[in-house]
Amino acid sequence: MSNTGSPCNGQPTQPNLGAVESTKTHGKPLWLLAELTYKCPLQCPYCSNPLDFADFAGELTTQEWLDVFQQGRDLGAVQLGFSGGEPLVRQDLIQLIGGAHEMGYYTNLITSGVGLNERKMAEFHQAGLDHIQVSFQASDESVNSMLSGSEKAFQQKLKMAREVKAQGYPMVLNFVTHRHNIDRIDRIIELCVELEADYVELATCQYYGWAYENVEQLLPTRAQLERAERITNEYREKLAAAGNPIKLIFVTPDYYEERPKRCMNGWGEVFLTVTPDGKALPCHSARMLPIEFPNVREMTLQQIWDDSPGFNHFRGLDWMKEPCRSCDEREKDLGGCHCQAYMLTGDAHNADPVCGKSPHHDLIVQARENAEHVVNNPEQFVYRNEKNSRIIAKG
Amino acid sequence: MSSQTEIVPDSIPALNKMFRFQWEKAQDCYVLLYPEGMIQLNGPAGEILALVDGQRNVSEITALLQAKFADAGDISADIIDFLGDAHEQHWITL
Repeated sequence: MSNTGSPCNGQPTQPNLGAVESTKTHGKPLWLLAELTYKCPLQCPYCSNPLDFADFAGELTTQEWLDVFQQGRDLGAVQLGFSGGEPLVRQDLIQLIGGAHEMGYYTNLITSGVGLNERKMAEFHQAGLDHIQVSFQASDESVNSMLSGSEKAFQQKLKMAREVKAQGYPMVLNFVTHRHNIDRIDRIIELCVELEADYVELATCQYYGWAYENVEQLLPTRAQLERAERITNEYREKLAAAGNPIKLIFVTPDYYEERPKRCMNGWGEVFLTVTPDGKALPCHSARMLPIEFPNVREMTLQQIWDDSPGFNHFRGLDWMKEPCRSCDEREKDLGGCHCQAYMLTGDAHNADPVCGKSPHHDLIVQARENAEHVVNNPEQFVYRNEKNSRIIAKG
Repeated sequence: MSSQTEIVPDSIPALNKMFRFQWEKAQDCYVLLYPEGMIQLNGPAGEILALVDGQRNVSEITALLQAKFADAGDISADIIDFLGDAHEQHWITL
């Protein structure tokens, strides 16, 4: 259930905020995800940034971000994620951390670790950074390099993960898993234990953005997934018995479900993303939808949250078509993910095809069957970089 | 369950540094914040954790709360129960 605001594929489907039973939504944006930049030194083929990211120029300034943070805080936001792209690319990150901390946010830096060093980490801590999440592509250097498009990244990540703990931060390690690395889940978990992670997200790819472009080379088989889940459960028992407080969070890909996820715990219910150029979104994949979303340069966050057509679009149940409209589970899953419905069926108002009741469910079944036959071939990956982004954007 | 029995009047609880404890006006309650998550605390839980500072022992915390909520009767067992739960959840260390 508990996925997070990780950008590294991280469709933040169910932020922890929604998963904690004692937490009720108050219909305010508790979680503000600040995508500070689309720039990133890595090229992960499952990045959740939009395919056409290279087309969006004009990043918000320091002052504009601080204004957005204050407005979010006034609306009740308490968790702030610095993400991207790679947020470390922003030279004013320390000012943004310091400002957000003073406003009372719990501040999360979601980073690849590339561009981080001991000194910066200590300065961030002093400025009030609460937590660092380091994303890994794999448990070993060669796979990590292949997936990130960087030779040196793996050693740097290990070093930074050790430093995060040495400096007393809580640490979440995020591994996006897929057919190329999921069979090494035992090694991944052992690496996380060795690095003394507090939380580990073993997040099977969610197929948005670049990951959708690469779904064939990413989607694991059912057997791979079941094995990984079984091994994870074995480790959970073993670690708990040994008194290790590490928490392993296993996120299954919804392609192997028969009912859709309650996406974002409800559209415009707890989560608000602001893109590098100021677009406000109810989830960080939503930019792909043919819906007009407001910009923080043109409206206040309160207007955006309460009044904008974009944020109201999928609130309530009135937008639903069949089979959702008359479904007795409609209030449970709210029709699932609108981006997935849009990508697979061309209409975001359709039921999420993950649902067995969707007339488009055969697309998911086909993808699963396809996964049984695909030959692993990293050369087929479309890597997330500016060149590919421009080619894709031109279509 | 063994951790529950460890709470004694001399125990000195401290907040696990994984968590941040603060009052949230928008929620009208104390909360525990942790990486990408939040636990909303009910009234008594918030009042108890507000006194957990790594210096006071359980007797002192109990005395302070007993004085603050004089009409509540004997609350010492409730406090020990809650601290036991909080310890089990890794919210506090002893």
